[in-house]
Amino acid sequence: MASLDRVKVLVLGDSGVGKSSLVHLLCQNQVLGNPSWTVGCSVDVRVHDYKEGTPEEKTYYIELWDVGGSVGSASSVKSTRAVFYNSVNGIILVHDLTNKKSSQNLYRWSLEALNRDLAPTGVLVTNGDYDREQFADNQIPLLVIGTKLDQIHETKRHEVLTRIAFLAEDFNAEEINLDCTNPRYLAAGSSNAVKLSRFFDKVVEKRYFLRESNQIAGFPDRKRFGGGTFKSLHYD
Amino acid sequence: ISTLISESIFFLLQVLFFGFGWLFFMRQLFKDYEVRQYVVQVIFSVTFAFSCTMFELIIFEILGVLNSSSRYFHWKMNLCVILLILVFMVPFYIGYFIVSNIRLLHKQRLLFSCLLWLTFMYFFWKLGDPFPILSPKHGILSIEQLISRVGVIGVTLMALLSGFGAVNCPYTYMSYFLRNVTDADILALERRLLQTMDMIISKKKRMAMARRTMFQKGEVHNKPSRFWGMIKSVATSAPGSENLTLIQQEVDALEELSRQLFLETADLYATKERIEYSKTFKGKYFNFLGYFFSIYCVWKIFMATINIVFDRVGKTDPVTRGIEITVNYLGIQFDVKFWSQHISFILVGIIIVTSIRGLLITLTKFFYAISSSKSSNVIVLLLAQIMGMYFVSSVLLIRMSMPLEYRTIITEVLGELQFNFYHRWFDVIFLVSALSSILFLYLAHKQAPEKHMAP
Repeated sequence: MASLDRVKVLVLGDSGVGKSSLVHLLCQNQVLGNPSWTVGCSVDVRVHDYKEGTPEEKTYYIELWDVGGSVGSASSVKSTRAVFYNSVNGIILVHDLTNKKSSQNLYRWSLEALNRDLAPTGVLVTNGDYDREQFADNQIPLLVIGTKLDQIHETKRHEVLTRIAFLAEDFNAEEINLDCTNPRYLAAGSSNAVKLSRFFDKVVEKRYFLRESNQIAGFPDRKRFGGGTFKSLHYD
Repeated sequence: ISTLISESIFFLLQVLFFGFGWLFFMRQLFKDYEVRQYVVQVIFSVTFAFSCTMFELIIFEILGVLNSSSRYFHWKMNLCVILLILVFMVPFYIGYFIVSNIRLLHKQRLLFSCLLWLTFMYFFWKLGDPFPILSPKHGILSIEQLISRVGVIGVTLMALLSGFGAVNCPYTYMSYFLRNVTDADILALERRLLQTMDMIISKKKRMAMARRTMFQKGEVHNKPSRFWGMIKSVATSAPGSENLTLIQQEVDALEELSRQLFLETADLYATKERIEYSKTFKGKYFNFLGYFFSIYCVWKIFMATINIVFDRVGKTDPVTRGIEITVNYLGIQFDVKFWSQHISFILVGIIIVTSIRGLLITLTKFFYAISSSKSSNVIVLLLAQIMGMYFVSSVLLIRMSMPLEYRTIITEVLGELQFNFYHRWFDVIFLVSALSSILFLYLAHKQAPEKHMAP
């Protein structure tokens, strides 16, 4: 049963944004009754029908790795977390719609996870600053989810949603905004459910069906010239 | 005119302290959170500003800035404001924010926070009974009553922190106590962690598939407490749900194990970093300081024991005693009055600055360790309360380090407090705290290497 068969998706974000509630909702279709602090990493499994409704439909297990902590943790905690970032097939970035800082921290989160994957020699690729080109070349599918939508007042909704749209564009990712305590946001057939399904389909596709262009899932294509001059220096 | 200038300087300094508190709050404490309630930030900065003003007044006393009556007036006013904040405002807001977090009580927030505040006042008042702090001839709401109680809490806090700090400082600085950690140890632990995660995943896969088949067959699975569902499952003998609970228990145990392994790995990484740090120049310097501090710590514990056993309270402050020694034994003659003023100023200044800095650093570390986005407001207010009480009691205790002529203002303003009691209380708590920290660190140190030796 090996790790060759796994489809691994990381769920990253600041503490308190609702990652555990989200993962519980995605995997067990229920609302999490008593959310508590996540220490280390908690995993859950979602059964996903790839290409649902078509003749090529196949069932996959998608592992959702909910990594706890904050971007400002001590470097010893960061080094320990790094062990979870190996061979990742997709990343879900979670932020709190009521807390601007959690959205800004998503850049640092994605860098932390992507750097671990892109630098097998252990050398840090950037000094931690946001580099748009890195995301343009990134092969790992990203999804941005905003939580606590119910706590945003009607009048502020437009402003918040515009800001989030920019954020999702930066990551070249889809975005979903919901409330983890209300399953109707992910009801079958809603646009959110469709986006989610599409994301997981993309993850499975990249993992199993596009093996020819990547040796190990997650490395960028070497034939690219644009952007990422950093990264090409590290491969040989 | 000169009074106008000095008053305006005074006011300016206060605004400066307020600004510093504000910046500290924004840049250090709340750098990962969004400030939604500005009240919290204002309260924190105001507490900080008025506490620093007290220290500033002590310095002014030594240097002779402003005239004596205006100093006295400022003291009284400052003290009243600080007590107002510490006893009325901050506890009320702490209660208010705690109640706001609880969804049930959201509607009648004000009522419940008033109730909480009244409970706090009751216990605060009862605090005064077992201690011989006051003579009964003072009224109920006088400054002396409030200060005495605030003083007890603050001195206890100071002594606890000092005791722990005095023991922890050499322990952290000296590399003698560092456990030997190799890369192989870390790799082995990481492998175990990933293996545990794999086991959890395989069990969860079984559970997810079982749930899906049960759902497709139309069985009730998500609310095991549903009466009809239970009857149905017993009647139709579905093995699915029983298996699920068994597997869930195994998963819970494995998850607990994974948490432990994660924390141990983080611990090993931290130790490895410390080992590398100790090999650098800075690390060696701190190691040397550690030896020095351990001697200082032992001396302090010794002095505290002597003070308690022989029931002795120092009569003269270190400055005057130092000057006496130099004049009498070393025969060096100099202008006592002039030098005592300047040396007291420097000594007191150093004590103030290091205690403020030490407290702010400790508060920040504490805040990062325990706060989350829900409780951040409450914790910051608690920290503001601790900070205010700490500073008020520092003023009480600093009196001992000042020569007689400068002590008078504190004695005048704070009234007839039994200052000796506070010093004795400080020594007792310091001793208790230092000894229990030694015990605690010894146990923690002993336990750790055995954990990692296990196969």
